[in-house]
Amino acid sequence: MENYNESRNEAWREQLRKSKTAKERNNIARVEMPQLDPAYRITCNEEVNQGINAEQAVLEATRCLDCPNPQCVTGCPVGINIPKFIKNIERGEFAQAAATLKETSSLPAVCGRVCPQEKQCESKCIRLKMNQPAVAIGYLERFAADWQRNNTEQEVPPMKEANGIKVAVIGSGPSGLSFAGDMAKQGFDVTVFEALHEIGGVLKYGIPEFRLPNSIVDYEIEGLRKMGVKFEKDVLVGKTITYDDLHEQGFKGVFVGSGAGFPRFMDIPGENLIGVMSSNEYLTRINLMSAGRGGDTPVMHGDTIAVIGGGNTAMDSTRTALRMGAKRVILVYRRSEEEMPARREEVGHAKEEGVEFMTLHNPIEYIGDEKGHVKAMRVQRMELGEPDASGRRKPVPVEGAIEEIPVDIVIVAVGVSPNQLVPRSIEGLDVSRRNTIVVNEETMQSNIGDLYAGGDIVRGGATVILAMGDGRRAAQNMARQLLGE
Amino acid sequence: MNKIVSKQRFSENVTKLVVEAPMIAKARRAGHFVIVRCGEKGERIPLTIADSDPAAGTITLVIQAVGDSTRKICALEPGDCLTDVVGPLGQATRIENYGTVLCCGGGVGVAPLLPIIKAMKAAGNRVVSVLAGRTKDLIILEDEVRASSDDVIIMTDDGSYGNKGLVTAGVEEVIKREKVDKVVTIGPAIMMKFVSLLTKKYEVPTEASLNAIMVDGTGMCGACRVSVGGKTRFVCVEGPEFDAHEIDFDELLMRLKM
Repeated sequence: MENYNESRNEAWREQLRKSKTAKERNNIARVEMPQLDPAYRITCNEEVNQGINAEQAVLEATRCLDCPNPQCVTGCPVGINIPKFIKNIERGEFAQAAATLKETSSLPAVCGRVCPQEKQCESKCIRLKMNQPAVAIGYLERFAADWQRNNTEQEVPPMKEANGIKVAVIGSGPSGLSFAGDMAKQGFDVTVFEALHEIGGVLKYGIPEFRLPNSIVDYEIEGLRKMGVKFEKDVLVGKTITYDDLHEQGFKGVFVGSGAGFPRFMDIPGENLIGVMSSNEYLTRINLMSAGRGGDTPVMHGDTIAVIGGGNTAMDSTRTALRMGAKRVILVYRRSEEEMPARREEVGHAKEEGVEFMTLHNPIEYIGDEKGHVKAMRVQRMELGEPDASGRRKPVPVEGAIEEIPVDIVIVAVGVSPNQLVPRSIEGLDVSRRNTIVVNEETMQSNIGDLYAGGDIVRGGATVILAMGDGRRAAQNMARQLLGE
Repeated sequence: MNKIVSKQRFSENVTKLVVEAPMIAKARRAGHFVIVRCGEKGERIPLTIADSDPAAGTITLVIQAVGDSTRKICALEPGDCLTDVVGPLGQATRIENYGTVLCCGGGVGVAPLLPIIKAMKAAGNRVVSVLAGRTKDLIILEDEVRASSDDVIIMTDDGSYGNKGLVTAGVEEVIKREKVDKVVTIGPAIMMKFVSLLTKKYEVPTEASLNAIMVDGTGMCGACRVSVGGKTRFVCVEGPEFDAHEIDFDELLMRLKM
């Protein structure tokens, strides 16, 4: 971990701290994120959150008390020096704020948009203890990264001299990109292999543009290219080339960040009817393949669309369905809103846009028409019982409370499992019963010495930032191993 | 980008393309398929691999023009490029010395059957091939199939070539005259359904290679799911071949209409 006090003791920081009293800082209200109007935004794919302006950012940064023992940093999986970047914003040094982010995060503009800050950095903010809203760290992160992208030339960060050691990355999602960036900075010769025809993994096929525009992801990828990272599309390691082939080609280390691409279904009657599909399929068709937006790939349309699940992917699916012209979108979730794993912000946005929430309900069967197309779902009303293994109250069926609701399309967003394709292709690799790659949690090293892994292929379904943290830790440890330190 | 090296038109709607794809040419085995994209807005289309030449770094694809995307691919000329080719995907065919193997292909399904015929022959099997098509022009790759088969029976719906009748008549003829240890069938789903019903009657183990709808082809989307033995399986990563007698063909036929 970094020494956060070193930068805190710099003269400008001390001066800045003294420039305002705590009371003055406390009297500032938390900034509100400017958003597109719900009625307008469901007609297009434009980014909903518009970002705060410089004036708002400076004022929000002023709310930060620059604590002597900052807790926010302990909530950040990649250990961003949060007070340092925020105080740089307060003094108007936006480029330095962005540079601070780049020290530890390869994708700040992405994290500023999709991280669950309310559960991470912001959940540790001292202001919460004062019964005030936390400093809007996420909004500030996004501001600094966006400011740099919009106002300066893309620069290559300080890099060590090339050491000529080749390392391979399998998968170009958040963990792979984060790993690639860190290894390139250390002087390694990095090649990223991607199975799809686009770089970015879940950032491209999964997260819709109204939450994370592709141009932002592409900018970060361009940055990595400038650092010398090579990208090979349409290569499925384990199929197109093997792990042994990588060794033959001179790769000395391999990082697997192949993600959790395997969609789960519920195994209930009627799930294979036409019109019932995974959220992965729905979102991939629309986000990656531009279905319904000029691409050749078709996507089904319907007036009434049900989305099953309560996570961010479920929210993304409901909101995408509205944008594709659905008249009624129903979210079906078996627990109550309180237990939903989705970010509060996404839940709020979905509601503003008109998604109907059918909580404490669970689909038990889909009914098809004579052509095999789904026409209705039977849902079972639930109530909350005793807490289960996850600590959340377990939903139990209310006997006899079953309802039939007409639907045109059902999107199943009940989670994903690790894609077994890569792990299965590597002989001797230690894989868990849940099909995740088993690694040392400190180093991210697998039981095969030169193979590291991170992100959802290890965690089984987590967040962008945790995946990035894994990539970063794997890079630190693999670099140490390969350099013989 | 993958360059088209040569092109041959088998019939109005069926085209053979030889495509540069060195890594795939080296890695592919009988039964594998690829996903192809044509144009920056192109759809991802699964296509079976009919042949490969690892030395030349090429694979052979046989494409039937059935929709806009396949028509676009069939219109490509030598020197043009496919935007993306990824693979080899799916599980390779299990090649063993079974004894006598009956390979039964309908229409463009003969293309992916050819490498299986070759591999089965190379493994020491007696190979009997039954090729079927609506009419003479739609019987493809006959010479190549003959080169690796001990016997070939040709069936056309209209009797314009070989025997008149459906593929099942040819299959039944072989099963009645000699002991068949294994059947492999590739073709339209409706054809495979009836081949499967027939071989089930005679209790001959049968593999069918399915052509489901796919988006990514790597297990991500689940569009290709099919019920096999009452369980949902993904054609892209667990297939494309399954025990034909366990496949729910009616569900498959329904899903192909989406």
